[in-house]
Amino acid sequence: MTYSEPMGPANQGITILDPTGESRPSTRTPLQRPGSVAGLTVGLLDISKPRGDKFLDRIEELLVERGATVMRFKKPTFTKPAPVDLRHEISISCNVVIEALAD
Amino acid sequence: MTAQPVLPDGLVAIVKRECETCRMVEPVLSAIAATGAPLAVWVQDDPTFCVELGAVHDTDLAVSWHHDIGTVPTLISVRDGAEVERTIGWSRDEWRGITGMATLGADLPPTRPGCGSMSVDPDLIDGLRARFTGDVLVSRRVELSATEDEFEALFARGWTDGLPVVPPTRERVLRMLTGTTREPSEVVAIAPPDLVEMTVEKIAINAVMAGCLPEHLPWVIAALEAVCNDTFNMHGVLATTMPVGPVIVCNGPGTRAIGMNSGINAFGQGNRANSSIGRAVQLTIRNVGGGRPGEVDRATHGNPGKLSFCFAEDEDASPFPPLSVARGIEPGRNAVTVFAGEGPRCVVDQLARTPEELAASYAACLRTVHHPKLVIGFDAILVVSPDHGRILADAGWTREQLVDALDARLGTPGRDLARGAHGMAEGVPAHLASVESLPKFRPGGLLVAFAGGGAGLFSSIIAGWANGAIGSDPVTRAVGT
Repeated sequence: MTYSEPMGPANQGITILDPTGESRPSTRTPLQRPGSVAGLTVGLLDISKPRGDKFLDRIEELLVERGATVMRFKKPTFTKPAPVDLRHEISISCNVVIEALAD
Repeated sequence: MTAQPVLPDGLVAIVKRECETCRMVEPVLSAIAATGAPLAVWVQDDPTFCVELGAVHDTDLAVSWHHDIGTVPTLISVRDGAEVERTIGWSRDEWRGITGMATLGADLPPTRPGCGSMSVDPDLIDGLRARFTGDVLVSRRVELSATEDEFEALFARGWTDGLPVVPPTRERVLRMLTGTTREPSEVVAIAPPDLVEMTVEKIAINAVMAGCLPEHLPWVIAALEAVCNDTFNMHGVLATTMPVGPVIVCNGPGTRAIGMNSGINAFGQGNRANSSIGRAVQLTIRNVGGGRPGEVDRATHGNPGKLSFCFAEDEDASPFPPLSVARGIEPGRNAVTVFAGEGPRCVVDQLARTPEELAASYAACLRTVHHPKLVIGFDAILVVSPDHGRILADAGWTREQLVDALDARLGTPGRDLARGAHGMAEGVPAHLASVESLPKFRPGGLLVAFAGGGAGLFSSIIAGWANGAIGSDPVTRAVGT
């Protein structure tokens, strides 16, 4: 038999196929953290978990004391991703967003 | 990758020395060549075979692969670069017909079967498929070093569910893709949580890793189609702190064809199809969608079924029509039903002999799903065993009668369920305390399936997750090809 093995000679490393969505950039640069919230518009996103509003009410008080303008947003349900329109609205109306996960 | 070889006009024969029939027809080929008729011979194995006929060695089997040679000898008639006729093995009449030589092979038997072509040899076909069709795969190639253990390398990259996976080489992925008629590039769904396109190719890669066979792939694809939509809400099922994952109930004749287990230990270990189909679904969500425990998967405890929880209904023994048929799929069709469920819990009743007694026991246990004082918000699957099923079948109970009987036993006064009642803070909101009777399950929220071994007066309950628009609804889908 002189048939030549198409899988290549033995003792070499194997090549496999990437099982992932290949959507992850190799590096991601976070935005610069603001030194102060004074004068910034801060979005507070309530994900609709019970008592999340209580937590955010207090956060809002503290932010306003520090000179921030606060805008409140709410997801329809905590079990699903925020609707794309809501994400867009937050992105164009706020400098910073805080998402509340609470029970 | 090699270009598709063109066959010359005239007669073309593909042979191998190892084949006795090929050796038998060698004088016949010589007789054809002696007439001056154009004849080209390709030899698969030994380049010295038929060398006096000017035979060419099909070194990489490209001619055999591209011209679909399944048997040697194969004799092909080619005109204007196109095949017009072929015969396989030795058939004196057919060889005479193709060559137009009326006395060909007079000293040979009338027929003799050929041998398998090397291009379909099970030991070689995966490599050939990769060589000749591998370009259809577009996933990023990841080269592992010879000094790297490939199983450890896959762990190190975060691509496993905690158990070893099969390295997804091109050869294995292409073999997996023979299990479906769908194109590798076809987008099956948008994978949560990262919302990236989930192609047939990516599913096949993860199915290889999970240990699937090609015939399992259509089931994996159907289950992924069933979970990746707003109705099932795989994103939420993944992200929740509750211990649920996709439970896959399979129906149809295909469950038997691929050897699924609907009997002894149906939920447990030991059956390749059950284990690998469910595992492939979860691996695809993990790898393509990016849904990993500790990241978007926030389960407080999870459950071992999140590795794989997939079983078939025992349709032959069931007193009820298949679950898929009850949910709108035509009888005889392969289908999957996906349910956001936790691990199974056992219902023991070894003394009931009437369906009413059995229903009373089922109801008492179903009442405790997630909390005895929480109602309507969670669905459940009741999996009836053969021993319990016999009691229902003997009384002629339908699935609907059983569900009605359970509903009738599961109503509870609101005052017993209200927050604070019976010393338990958990419960329904106070305004429901005045309701005369609240059901445990929403209409349609209790599914009934049939599976399990032939001995054991036990059934099983699989409790669900938040149901309806704020959570997940079960989804049933036909399995494609």
